[in-house]
Amino acid sequence: MVGIVSYGAYIPKGRIKIAEIARVWGKSPEEITRSLGIEEKAIASFDEDAATMAVEAAWQAIRRAKIPATSLEAVYIGSESHPYAVNPTSTIVGETLGLGNDYLSADLEFACKAGSAGMQVVWGLIESKKIKLGLAVGSDSSQAKPHDALEFTAGAGAAAYVLGINEKDWIAKIIDFVSFSSDTPDFWRRDGISYPTHSGRFTGEPAYFCHVLAATQKLLQKTKLTPSDFDHCVFHMPNGKFPREVAARIGFSPKQLEMSLIVDKLGNPYSASSLLGLAAVLDQAKPEKRIFFCSYGSGAGSDAFIFETTRELVKRRESGKSIGKLMAEKRYISYVEYLKQTRKL
Amino acid sequence: MKIAVLGASTTKFGELWDQSPRVLAKKAVFEAISKSGLGTRDIEAIFVGNMLSGILGGQENLGPLFADELGIFCPAFKIEGACASGGLAAHNAINSILGGQYKTVAVLGIEKMTDHKPEEVASGLMAAGADEEREAGATFVSLYALMARAHMEAYGTTEREMAAVSVKNHFHASLNERAQFNKLVSLEQVLSSPKIADPLKLMDCSPVSDGASAIVISHDRFTGKVIDPVWIVASSVATDTLALSQREDLTSLRAVRLAAENAYKAAGVSPSDVDVAEVHDCFSIAEIIACEDLGFFGRGKAAREIANGKTKLGKGRPVINPSGGLKACGHPVGATGVKQIVEIATQLRGEADERQVKKAKIGLTHNVGGSGAIAVIHILRS
Repeated sequence: MVGIVSYGAYIPKGRIKIAEIARVWGKSPEEITRSLGIEEKAIASFDEDAATMAVEAAWQAIRRAKIPATSLEAVYIGSESHPYAVNPTSTIVGETLGLGNDYLSADLEFACKAGSAGMQVVWGLIESKKIKLGLAVGSDSSQAKPHDALEFTAGAGAAAYVLGINEKDWIAKIIDFVSFSSDTPDFWRRDGISYPTHSGRFTGEPAYFCHVLAATQKLLQKTKLTPSDFDHCVFHMPNGKFPREVAARIGFSPKQLEMSLIVDKLGNPYSASSLLGLAAVLDQAKPEKRIFFCSYGSGAGSDAFIFETTRELVKRRESGKSIGKLMAEKRYISYVEYLKQTRKL
Repeated sequence: MKIAVLGASTTKFGELWDQSPRVLAKKAVFEAISKSGLGTRDIEAIFVGNMLSGILGGQENLGPLFADELGIFCPAFKIEGACASGGLAAHNAINSILGGQYKTVAVLGIEKMTDHKPEEVASGLMAAGADEEREAGATFVSLYALMARAHMEAYGTTEREMAAVSVKNHFHASLNERAQFNKLVSLEQVLSSPKIADPLKLMDCSPVSDGASAIVISHDRFTGKVIDPVWIVASSVATDTLALSQREDLTSLRAVRLAAENAYKAAGVSPSDVDVAEVHDCFSIAEIIACEDLGFFGRGKAAREIANGKTKLGKGRPVINPSGGLKACGHPVGATGVKQIVEIATQLRGEADERQVKKAKIGLTHNVGGSGAIAVIHILRS
């Protein structure tokens, strides 16, 4: 069996109000905020990208685990905004963290679910006893074309998870996971193109809802569990509406979902979205609580996991900043500063 | 003139992402043929009403495309007239029978829109406008917003009265399982929906839709061996200036008035004889103007009458848009004109189930292209 040994998060301090973006484009701020369920989003600074944010999140995870960086034998970085098309983010991160050279690594891309895909890869390496400790990170500074609907939601952030084989180190057990994948063209960006293309309302039912519901049902059937068997649930948060709606459709209560809802104040940090939601739950959950988790990546696929917290969680999470604290550390920027910081000016 | 509608069918309208145009065409045409009691070998020609297949899908040559898909290798044609493509296809099909070329033909109206980005669809639809309108960045909702504003200033029409059109059409669509939207909406929901082009709001506007509708029509001499037909007793087309800016009046569509006048004359009926009508409510203001241009209500009077329920199923006459209209049944542009005939034929046969207009004997369809540059009117009798 494999468990989560530690976790870390990073949220850049820049925030832009959704109302500010709406005003620039002559939209009703109230309507946009209400319809998307997002008040503000986090924006990476001029000198931040998926690599620097991954380093920040991973550092926190390593410090929390109280392990030497060299004990990590694998690094997988999931992102759809890798700084380089060719040149791995994972080795930049590994070098900066001081992992030495005896680690295996690769970059992953699966729209918003490459981070959870990284956890599955690390799980496989540990379960097959190839390694004892590995790092999976979801990190994104996501792109949105000015005046595109994505501009209201695309945010930035990173979440890192150290997985390990030693049960005494686990803060949460990985009980089981499944995936559901299909070739569904709801959102894409070709190499060399600055901004993604999306298919409007097609990103809803046949994309997000179809895959999240299918993966969820598959895992619940496999484990013979029902929503009432869980204390908390986490879903990918492309906006404020989708996770609430999908949770309700499955039968989870607003109370089971509420701890994970970082989207209202952060927007959608793509590969980090569901992983930051999970981190927010781990920050507050009591020991021996069951967490249902389901990511979603356009293109498309969902990874559904079941975690169970341990007594170790309460001790280990004391070090490092909580998601709540990271969310509170913010500086509002204007639309023009936002354009500058995201290199659109 | 007398043309028999022998079979009529429509697919469900909506976001049909898992159904190709080929699938939709087969569903609609084969069901219409099946209802007619005829076989595919009886179909001598196919008239396809469609607007955007070339612009959005890169596919033209729809005549042979659908003849091939249906396995009916006969003369086949695409007819294009913007959002009136379906009505125009029916008009041409009728003329081909009246001219003695064919005895029995199929009319297919079809459009696939929701696979494409909204801005591509909006831009594609503006192919129906005038070049100066495109250069000015106008969209059809903005042109109809100008008409709405003119109507409000001329007659005191209110946004609340316009919203009542959408409320009524959603009620009708709630009784139509093939409609895109089956939910009731309130006046407040319409009035508080996001503004698209002031004074028109999201819920004043018809949606982007996929769907196909088909009818099988024949000469009156051919009807002996099939079920009781419904008769098309008038089919009339008129045109006006392409650009809205060239019109004398923004509160009325001359093409509609002309086509309606000719249609009433051909059918030997007056507006007060009409029991049920499917009108082109691409925007709520369009239904108000249509009811005035068709003579159902006096100029400047329709908004109040509609808001008072005069055109609602079970409350008044004529019942307008029992299918839910473009607003709530959906508006796959090439299919709409044919769907209107399907709905009226269904009503006149007494087969409209929950949305049946009682004792409906005379029905009318009103299909408009562009901002009123072309109008097609059909009058049907049981």
